[in-house]
Amino acid sequence: MAIPNKPSGELKAVVDPEIVEKEVDILIVGGGMAACGTAFEILKWAKDETVLLCDKAAMERSGAVAQGLSAINTYVGDNTADDYVRMVRNDLMGIVREDLIFDLGRHVDDSVHLFEEWGLPVWKKTDDGKNVDGKKGLKLGTLKEGAKPVRTGKWQIMINGESYKRVVAEAAKLALGEDNILERVFIVEILNDKNDPSKIAGAVGFSTRENKVYVIKCKTMMVACGGAVNIYQPRSVGEGKGRAWYPVWNAGSTYTMALRAGAELSMMENRFTPARFKDGYGPVGAWFLLFKAKLQNALGENYVASDSAKKQLESYAPYGTAAITPTCLRNHLMLFEMKEGRGPIIMDTVSALAALGSSMSPKELKHLESEAWEDFLDMTCGQANLWCATNTEPEKKNSEIMPTEPYLLGSHSGCCGIWCSGPDESWVPASYKWDVDGVVYNRMTTIKGLFTAGDGVGCSGHKFSSGSHAEGRIVAKQMVKYVRNHAGYKPELAQTAQELADMVYKPVKTFIENSGYTTAADVNPNYCKPKGMTMRLMKATHEYGAGTATFYQTNGKSLEIVLDMLETMREDCEKLAAGDLHELMRCWEIYHRIYTVEAHLRHIQFRKETRYPGFYYRADFPEQNDKEWFCFVNSTYDKKSNQWSLKKVDYVKIIPD
Amino acid sequence: MPSFVITEKCDGCKGGDKTACMYICPNDLMVLDPNAMKAYNQEPDACWECFSCVKICPTQAIEVRGYSDFVPMGSSIVPMMGTEDVMWTCKFRNGVVKRFKFPIRTTPEGSANAYKDSKGNDLNSELLFNEEAEGVELKKPIATV
Repeated sequence: MAIPNKPSGELKAVVDPEIVEKEVDILIVGGGMAACGTAFEILKWAKDETVLLCDKAAMERSGAVAQGLSAINTYVGDNTADDYVRMVRNDLMGIVREDLIFDLGRHVDDSVHLFEEWGLPVWKKTDDGKNVDGKKGLKLGTLKEGAKPVRTGKWQIMINGESYKRVVAEAAKLALGEDNILERVFIVEILNDKNDPSKIAGAVGFSTRENKVYVIKCKTMMVACGGAVNIYQPRSVGEGKGRAWYPVWNAGSTYTMALRAGAELSMMENRFTPARFKDGYGPVGAWFLLFKAKLQNALGENYVASDSAKKQLESYAPYGTAAITPTCLRNHLMLFEMKEGRGPIIMDTVSALAALGSSMSPKELKHLESEAWEDFLDMTCGQANLWCATNTEPEKKNSEIMPTEPYLLGSHSGCCGIWCSGPDESWVPASYKWDVDGVVYNRMTTIKGLFTAGDGVGCSGHKFSSGSHAEGRIVAKQMVKYVRNHAGYKPELAQTAQELADMVYKPVKTFIENSGYTTAADVNPNYCKPKGMTMRLMKATHEYGAGTATFYQTNGKSLEIVLDMLETMREDCEKLAAGDLHELMRCWEIYHRIYTVEAHLRHIQFRKETRYPGFYYRADFPEQNDKEWFCFVNSTYDKKSNQWSLKKVDYVKIIPD
Repeated sequence: MPSFVITEKCDGCKGGDKTACMYICPNDLMVLDPNAMKAYNQEPDACWECFSCVKICPTQAIEVRGYSDFVPMGSSIVPMMGTEDVMWTCKFRNGVVKRFKFPIRTTPEGSANAYKDSKGNDLNSELLFNEEAEGVELKKPIATV
């Protein structure tokens, strides 16, 4: 998506890039919270093993936490990991990998304690029940020493997190060493071993700063590049399409690279369509949990407490009747109001702040106002500006709430991703773990030597930032173990470095060979630009794939149509054209997005029920059908034959109700 | 809400070894026009309004203008980064101005303990190095089905 009529941007691409060949033991692809966890942990276990990390951006501000966060949503504290499993299981309508969730829950606090030690300010509760920010709260000690965090819900704690990612990346970079990190290198394809395609042998990518292609051999690797954003037409289609709720640069690279390497995916039908402040997509968690704000429909009714809402929830028991209503069902109730003509949905910030303020001194009231603004300024600055632009002072004017366009992710309140082995312990069912030569590797995918973390691990949502970091650390140790046990493995690539470079730079060649044919570089019958292809993908998913256009509904016929369109898009991707390095990045991103969306829709097509009402609806199978579908759906893709295979996989309950 | 660069204030980071905004943008949007020695946002509709470029700019040359497809004109929010705090000035369309100061970090930049000298022992256990060092016992479910 380069500027119109300026296809050859400031970083011009050439047909023959320099080829840089590298060989390391361990490759880390990604630079977000998960990869920072891996980078921090890995040299604690490695001896002579070599490690390289490639990040598409700069680690200091890359990934989902780039902008900061106002809360850490997973801190177990005085709760148990067992209860953490119960909460996640209920929110995700029953079908989750309890081994992975429990495993995460028992390690996550160690990462949170490190964040605080490194300098992340964590709010504290004083003995007399007052909230103090992370700087003043230092006097009360650290969480590790037993100081009390400010809990907004059972699992969430408040932080002053503007510089969260900078702090975490600093520790990661210091631990791994600058020499072992390549920033602005976008890995685009995982390479299987020439002699045994069930093993990983390396990856190929390119620099977005220089005309260089990197061909990297490795014995093991982790792919952790976040979820998928800008895959459905957003509610704002002009400049505002950058105001995605999840990071707009998450291109589904994790899922696509893994599936093209042959890794089994799981629960790709799951998605997340968060209800957020309209247009600005600012967070609502603190407003619900900390400020106790209520929603009302257009008639001013607290619809969530209505009899019809209760009836709706009862029809989704036991999930709907649990103490905390699952996220998708909260959306379901909201959509019900909107479809009945009782939208828009308004968050009553005025009454909430008045109620809280009634017992407060002017100074405390001022602090409360500051807390409300910080919630946005720490993580969604644009929402704060939208309030300023619309003269919205939350104590004087209410704001509208709206469910967003769909997102795919595995670390927030969603659980799509890659099917991974659990830990090698007796309480983990045999079907949840698998070995290579007799050894089980926790978080390894079904491809030998390929690991993932964060948004990549399927069936175990609600990790959020802290859990993703902890999971990256778990993977670090497992990768060292894998390399140690496969010291004699010599990875071999099936293609030459030149062939790989030609593949990566194909859009550049297409552009240079054809762009002279027309007078305006963006309109040419011999190629397509990534910007156009992105709009094409978004329009197709919007209209047929349960986007906002249809209130998230789809059916068998619509899916048949959109899957056919996606196949044509993938064919046309052979004619993508890039005039500069930025546009080459966009070419590979849209390629990744299309595969990821195809996986999502094939899963929705396969699962003939509506498991997540509020996130999406199969209009032809509108009910939950536990009898036939209380199971995982897993899929694999064979890139040689272009064939997808889907199957049911048994769910095993581990933690009792 | 795309970022924009104020012509007069941008010096292309000619005093530094790299252009700060170009270095930091998570979505590769900020580029330097080498002839004008000025930076600009090459793809405003892909801007996440994360303010990373605004916060890192050494000459305060970058600000953000609300997305043209839904933000009315006339407001601004401007951060001033310190080593321990960020100070925000939020200007409303109607002229109201609010200022907020929030902590960002409780330790000096560069001081994060990377535990560089620490080594784990038992590669086959499920404990992280820190947990192992502190003698943490690996948790198992309290009860299983």
